[in-house]
Amino acid sequence: MEFRAELLYSKDHEWVKVEGDTVLIGITDYAQSELGDIVFVNLPEEGDEIKAGEAFADVESVKAVSDVLGPVDGTIIAVNEEILDAPELINESPYDAWFVKVEDFTGTEELLSAEEYQAFVEGA
Amino acid sequence: MLIFEKSRPGRGACLLPECDVEVFMPEEKYKRESKLPLPEMAEGDLGRHYTELAKKCQGVNDGFYPLGSCTMKYNPRIDEIVANLPGFSEVHPLQPEHTVQGSMEVLKLGEEYLCEITGMDEMTFQPAAGAHGEFAGLLLMKAYHESRGEGEKRTKIIVPDSAHGTNPASAVMAGYSVFTVPSGADGCVDIEKLREAAGEDVAGLMLTNPNTVGLFDKNILKITEIIHGCGGLCYYDGANLNAVMGRVRPGDMGFDVIHLNLHKTFATPHGGGGPGSGPVGCKKLLADFLPSVTVRGEERLTFEKPKHSIGEMKGFYGNFLVVVRALAYIQTLGREGIKEASENAVLNANYMMHGLKDLYTMAYDDICMHEFVMDLSDLKKKTGVAALDIAKGLLDHGIHPPTMYFPLIVPEALMAEPTETEAKETIDRAIAVFRKLYEKASEDPEALHEAPKTAAVARLDEVEAARHPIVKYNHQDI
Repeated sequence: MEFRAELLYSKDHEWVKVEGDTVLIGITDYAQSELGDIVFVNLPEEGDEIKAGEAFADVESVKAVSDVLGPVDGTIIAVNEEILDAPELINESPYDAWFVKVEDFTGTEELLSAEEYQAFVEGA
Repeated sequence: MLIFEKSRPGRGACLLPECDVEVFMPEEKYKRESKLPLPEMAEGDLGRHYTELAKKCQGVNDGFYPLGSCTMKYNPRIDEIVANLPGFSEVHPLQPEHTVQGSMEVLKLGEEYLCEITGMDEMTFQPAAGAHGEFAGLLLMKAYHESRGEGEKRTKIIVPDSAHGTNPASAVMAGYSVFTVPSGADGCVDIEKLREAAGEDVAGLMLTNPNTVGLFDKNILKITEIIHGCGGLCYYDGANLNAVMGRVRPGDMGFDVIHLNLHKTFATPHGGGGPGSGPVGCKKLLADFLPSVTVRGEERLTFEKPKHSIGEMKGFYGNFLVVVRALAYIQTLGREGIKEASENAVLNANYMMHGLKDLYTMAYDDICMHEFVMDLSDLKKKTGVAALDIAKGLLDHGIHPPTMYFPLIVPEALMAEPTETEAKETIDRAIAVFRKLYEKASEDPEALHEAPKTAAVARLDEVEAARHPIVKYNHQDI
């Protein structure tokens, strides 16, 4: 199980990468391994608002459809269309397969560090 | 081999008499550009084709089928025979009323009995199946709130997190937003969280009871009281009625509107895609909004339209022959038999759960209703064998897998519903197979990853099928 030190994490298993004025958001290695093979992704549209704790996307695995919850508040300025055509990228490389890019974001101070998230997952 | 690949031009199974009326040819622009590529086969070959397909399936006729939440019980032949009587199977929905009084009486009696079983006042048979019934029921709630000038402010439907996925989907279809209320540690609705969510913006609550983890929510009266207290209505999803029919009535639990799955609880074969029937019953306060028409009258029956009907949910009277089967089922079992059926459904589930719970972790170790949920996350951690592998392993022993990975609140879930129509020996054998597979998970996990080995179809590549589905046949000549 991989936990990247430079990322922030939510307890709902999303990762957040801060890049200056914007953040990239995806799902963690733990999330993809629990979901199993992902076969379909539903993404929001550019311009949509994202809210902490509310679903902004969903992923479908062979097992079930699961909501992806917003780790921060903000405005979506880009979505990763690559994962629409190739959802397997999320399984293969979860920390590169970002879902959305968000600006005007708030709420990163609520997120966990890699160490804290690892402890949270291993305690679960 | 697909039926299209077996097709040979000019081959067929019908000898039609010569046309004895004038042939009418439509205008050129309405004609087909090419022949419709329907498969052409001899009757015998067609029969073999479907027999071959049937042999690849694991059905109720092949063995134990404990598919949780689906009530795959045995449907008595007599109900099939009754539904096939020409007086029922060869009527046309546009026939004049006086020529179909018998069929109309089936709808009227069916409504009467099912209202008695559920504690409702009136019922429509128009919805085609469960989710269609949910949608119809929600439209009734919406029409009710609108008639009281509260349509605008009541925008929210409360759904527990253990609900069937169709509940939130139907609510969104009906134009509502969904508020999910969590379950407590006991698997039942968290009353405090429900109280917090209940406000003037609530149109209603959708609930299955017994719920999706197979537990009867003991706070049900409090739940419906909280919703009524904020001006909302209570919707009962009848998916699990098989556990309580004849014992407890949704109407007495405080529900205002319900749907039933006649194809699950009341003797119609299902699982192959239909036809089903999802009648919606309601209390008096919603009856004026019911869709389409209902059968009324004493001596001479007539179709009557409810005063403020929400309109048509489907063509004509719904899937009528499913109602015929349901009525035949109720009349053959009678009041006591209906009760006995649900008692045995609950007894069988508890018997099976007790035969397994020292090995398999139960998600909720309590007396269950008609089904129970196992949590295989410990087994997965220890051996790498997941719920999916156990499910596939069962196929090698002629048992259809339980429902997997549902409800979503239980990880590595297997949900088993043995139903009332299975004998003790069948359940004993199933318990033995489940136990054997559990032991095999430690001894030879690899073998379970590869199961099934002896079934007609080996482990399918479900990921490939979901990622790159081929859902149509490409005819070369089109």
